[in-house]
Amino acid sequence: MNTTNRTVVVTGIGATTPLGGDSASTWDGLVAGRSGIADLDQEWAADLPVHFAGEVAVEPTEVIPRPQARKLDRAAQFALVATREAWADAGFAARAGEDSAIDPDRLGAVVASGIGGVTTLLEQYDNLRDKGARRVSPHTVPMLMPNSPAANVGLQINARAGVHTPVSACASGGEAIGYAVEMIRTGRADVVVAGGTEAAIHPLPIAAFANMMAMSKNNDDPRGASRPYDKARDGFVLGEGAGVLVLESAEHAERRGAKVYCEAVGQGLSADSHHIAQPEPSGRGIAAALENLFAQNDLTPAEVVHVNAHATSTPQGDVAEIKAMQKVFGDELGHVLVSGTKSMTGHLLGGAGGIESVAAVLTVEHRTAPPTINVDDLDDEVAPELIAVRATKLPEGRIVALNNSFGFGGHNVVLAFRSV
Amino acid sequence: MAATQEEIVAGLAEIVNEIAGIPVEDVQLDKSFTDDLDVDSLSMVEVVVAAEERFDVKIPDDDVKQLRTVGDATDYILKHQS
Repeated sequence: MNTTNRTVVVTGIGATTPLGGDSASTWDGLVAGRSGIADLDQEWAADLPVHFAGEVAVEPTEVIPRPQARKLDRAAQFALVATREAWADAGFAARAGEDSAIDPDRLGAVVASGIGGVTTLLEQYDNLRDKGARRVSPHTVPMLMPNSPAANVGLQINARAGVHTPVSACASGGEAIGYAVEMIRTGRADVVVAGGTEAAIHPLPIAAFANMMAMSKNNDDPRGASRPYDKARDGFVLGEGAGVLVLESAEHAERRGAKVYCEAVGQGLSADSHHIAQPEPSGRGIAAALENLFAQNDLTPAEVVHVNAHATSTPQGDVAEIKAMQKVFGDELGHVLVSGTKSMTGHLLGGAGGIESVAAVLTVEHRTAPPTINVDDLDDEVAPELIAVRATKLPEGRIVALNNSFGFGGHNVVLAFRSV
Repeated sequence: MAATQEEIVAGLAEIVNEIAGIPVEDVQLDKSFTDDLDVDSLSMVEVVVAAEERFDVKIPDDDVKQLRTVGDATDYILKHQS
């Protein structure tokens, strides 16, 4: 438990995803049940075991000036695009200090990526091999380091209270937001920009994930390939993009008259200690994260009406997550609607917790659970009334939405957002 | 064939434009790479490598720090191009 326990709220959101170049177009796509997955038309894709993915709808170089973009890995570009939206959405007119409403010494940034600048690393290795050492870009290290998106976001907004990068594979984005909530709660910062980003659509990560048997190989039907909870699911679909939140102490937001989306209640964390890549089949670790969420925060299962599930469309993982929810919620699961939005965006790895937290915040804001698409034949272990297969209205009154993120290595992160 | 001073400045202007986004007409002999042309120390390495290729000249790392202005670089290339 925290010794100081300040209330944290969400005052800005930003995203760039396979469904849209900002959070509004992403939300429209989610509610409409639109798939952002398509064939990859790059020449290198044809020979791969998987040749489809969820590429961003708007290229970041359409928004970021070229001289800046060429010094940034694609993952950092996504993070900056999402941050620019979120920062303006929170009502800040300029960098901290230049906008007197925000003190740089009280501003943090926590932005995560699961893999870091993997395309930079591989492209520069190609340069080394094909053109020689002299042709390796001097920007390589600051581009590929996993903290590069966080550091670049910090530079963009002038964050001086702390800039951090938790890394926990596909739980990274969720962990970043949880860490940011703690920074504000415990008094280290008043405002923190937090989220996740990933840019791993490149032949090497695709071949590697495919060889792990982790990815869908449904090349004949890209839009139907990501199908959480459906009996025919055969693995995740790779997506790319970023999602970030502006988190702020409730007092600070009130003092400057900021618009408040919802409360960021807190996080529940655990680790499986089971296998480096396999989910623990009973959902033991996920259940522990949920139990910790309720034990360590002012929150009860009775308040929860929605879960944006991790639900990557893998045969084992989707069911383990449902089992964990059944164990922790018991009868309270009767008023919960679960959405698997990766059915539309694909799996953004370290970016997933970012864009799905943006989705959870908008779910609370609009009181609408987005659909899980491609559920044609529901897994027998999943209760039909639990899964939102179409956009569904949520109740009035005080509601809570959770966002689950789990990562290779057994990392489990659950975040909670409550209407205000 | 060796490049003239005019050709070297024009070539450097294209390189600086590509790397730092500075308009080619702003890249003139008296301009400092770092102070006037938004070329930081890392980007300067890119400018040097691109200039080496374009003008068939070797610019050792130890000599790079003497190239403060576009004029310094132009003189260096004029003197050392093969």
